[in-house]
Amino acid sequence: MNDHQVHIDEHRDDEGAKTGMWIFIFTELLLFGGLFIAYSVYRYLNPLAFHLAAEELDTTLGTINTVILLVSSMTIAMSISAIQYKNKKLTLILMGITLLLALAFMVNKYFEWSGKISHGIYPGSMTLQEASRGELLFFGLYYAMTGLHALHIVIGMAFIGYVMHLVVKNEVQHDNFAILENSGLYWHLVDLIWIFLFPLFYLIT
Amino acid sequence: MSETVNQHTEVSYLEYKGRFKGLFAWIFSTDHKRIGLLYLYSMLVLFSVAALLGLAMKIELIAPGKTIMDAQTYNSFFTLHGITMIFLIVVPGLPAVFGNFFLPIMIGAKDVAFPKLNLLSWWIYIIGAFIALSAQFIGDGPPDTGWTFYAPYSFRTGTNMLPAVTGAFVLGFSSIATGINFIVTVHRMRAPGMTWMKMPLFPWALYGTSWIQVLATPIVGVTLLMIVLERTMQIGFFDPALGGDPILYQHLFWIYSHPAVYIMILPAMGVISEIIPTFARKTIFGYKAIVVSTLAIAFVGYFVWGHHMFTSGMSGTALYTFSILTFFVAIPSAIKIFNWVATLHKASIDIQTPFLWALCFLFVFMVGGLSGMVLGALSTNVHLHDTAFVVAHFHFIVFGGTGYAFFGAIHYWYPKMFGKMYDKSWANIGLAIFFTGFNILYLPMFYLGMTGMPRRYYDYVDEFHGPNIVSSLGALLMISGLIIIITNLVRSAKHGVPAEADPWKGKTLEWTVASPPSLENFEEIPTVTKHPYGYE
Repeated sequence: MNDHQVHIDEHRDDEGAKTGMWIFIFTELLLFGGLFIAYSVYRYLNPLAFHLAAEELDTTLGTINTVILLVSSMTIAMSISAIQYKNKKLTLILMGITLLLALAFMVNKYFEWSGKISHGIYPGSMTLQEASRGELLFFGLYYAMTGLHALHIVIGMAFIGYVMHLVVKNEVQHDNFAILENSGLYWHLVDLIWIFLFPLFYLIT
Repeated sequence: MSETVNQHTEVSYLEYKGRFKGLFAWIFSTDHKRIGLLYLYSMLVLFSVAALLGLAMKIELIAPGKTIMDAQTYNSFFTLHGITMIFLIVVPGLPAVFGNFFLPIMIGAKDVAFPKLNLLSWWIYIIGAFIALSAQFIGDGPPDTGWTFYAPYSFRTGTNMLPAVTGAFVLGFSSIATGINFIVTVHRMRAPGMTWMKMPLFPWALYGTSWIQVLATPIVGVTLLMIVLERTMQIGFFDPALGGDPILYQHLFWIYSHPAVYIMILPAMGVISEIIPTFARKTIFGYKAIVVSTLAIAFVGYFVWGHHMFTSGMSGTALYTFSILTFFVAIPSAIKIFNWVATLHKASIDIQTPFLWALCFLFVFMVGGLSGMVLGALSTNVHLHDTAFVVAHFHFIVFGGTGYAFFGAIHYWYPKMFGKMYDKSWANIGLAIFFTGFNILYLPMFYLGMTGMPRRYYDYVDEFHGPNIVSSLGALLMISGLIIIITNLVRSAKHGVPAEADPWKGKTLEWTVASPPSLENFEEIPTVTKHPYGYE
């Protein structure tokens, strides 16, 4: 009876996998959506404090990080083209560059956050206890939103790293690269969220 | 049966031997049917515990003053009862158990689109359940906020909120994973010939539900995350002392939690839409109207969350808008009721246990729905807000709706799932006692709420004593009915007589495969040419 081979695990549907990823990306946008709502409500209630607090942030560092993420989005997209041209080496190089750029983003973030913390600006600090409620909220949102975004960067790095491993093992190839495309989609999402965080915190003052 | 091709040539999924043995053959199985049963067993345990907590609360309320527990214990009991029933049972309930088991079979597929993700969702569910329930045993005492975790109390209370909130957050991922899985399954894996308008109504309901799960759950996820950050890092999202706004918490919470009510009820309606035509031996009346109503409920249900907050402080315009939208959402629900009743009209009805559950569903669902209209109207809402009336309405619509549909579904699909038939007369006796107890339990609470008894109090003034005695006795009767029903089902899994492939003469695809089905459901994927309810 058991001689019959069962192939359920081998079911493959690239289109379905991508549909699933798109829906997942939608849920991620909604996850951040809750924080964007909180941001807009509190900005509306405390326009002046948000204006003053935003001037504390370093626009240069923010701009550099924006450029880094945009370039990394480009390299991951190029790696998807490279795999279709059956160029495994180039694929791996481009994915590697993406990871390095992500790392650079995190290093940048580390310096930015530690700079703030050394100035006593962090949730629960003495400096913020004395600040106005609006500033308190601004920095609360700043840490929560960029922190959640940084967490997504780390998850994205792990995802891309895993796919690199699959490319090395030839399990992702020119005719079977849906998971690489999905990691790219995820990476674009991370990029896209930053594109909104950047003006909200750094540019609108 | 003419379609013998799918019958008894393969071992059933229950007997199939895969890579693992014993318990591991279940908890590491990616078979959608086994995962459905894993959910069923987990929920059976949790439901029994939460139902007993409910009974304990009703016994406490049998007399004024302290009867069997003090105020703090009562508070933690209704919190645990709520968290367990909502996040662990009725929200995942029907999709996770019957959706997993029957969605692929009913659309003619061998499994869901992502079997491994499906298994992962069960594991996340179990982990979330452990985290949420650990709040009872570690830290500074069990949570006492109620299942809504309202700010600012949820971060001011000294009790152990973090695990409860984190658990609910983790459970959200399980819900999202199931939702994504089902949407992709419905889009990609329908059998050849099964166009959208030839899809049975239970898969349609699951499809609508999945979209709500996917679109609403992230909001509660981030809200709960904000509570966690607020408690651990003093970021003042909702604390007025830190500049936050507690009303914003209520908005964010209900933006998810109201659509969640439709996550609970849509699959229940799907189940009823399957049971009624099968036992009426008739094509369902207004198939397209039911499909459109399903999607309309999923859509409009998104914009009514404000009716939970009529007394919290909102602008007049917002109040009127939310109230009128609440009335709108009743229209598609009513359309469904009319369609079910019209299906029964002039039908040659075969009265069996699942059908009786569906009938009882119609009754309690209408009581629940109409009392919902009372609460959706602004002026009466102000009077009834936070009274026992709300509790009665909620239990009529959630326990009465989803709960009855769940039991209806298990009595309907039991022979298919286990290949055995339960004892029908005990099932009917259990239902009769349960239904009587249910009404004696919850109907007096409408009266109590109207006369002003608040909810979530362990004590009350003497005027409320009479109806409370009746209500508590109803609870005892209802629990005895439940014990009969569950015992009968558990016993029959072993001792029941073997069931045929199609004991109810149903027409949807799950009745064309063996009972219990083989691992791959179909040896050959069927080609669908007919309407799902093709009765002549």
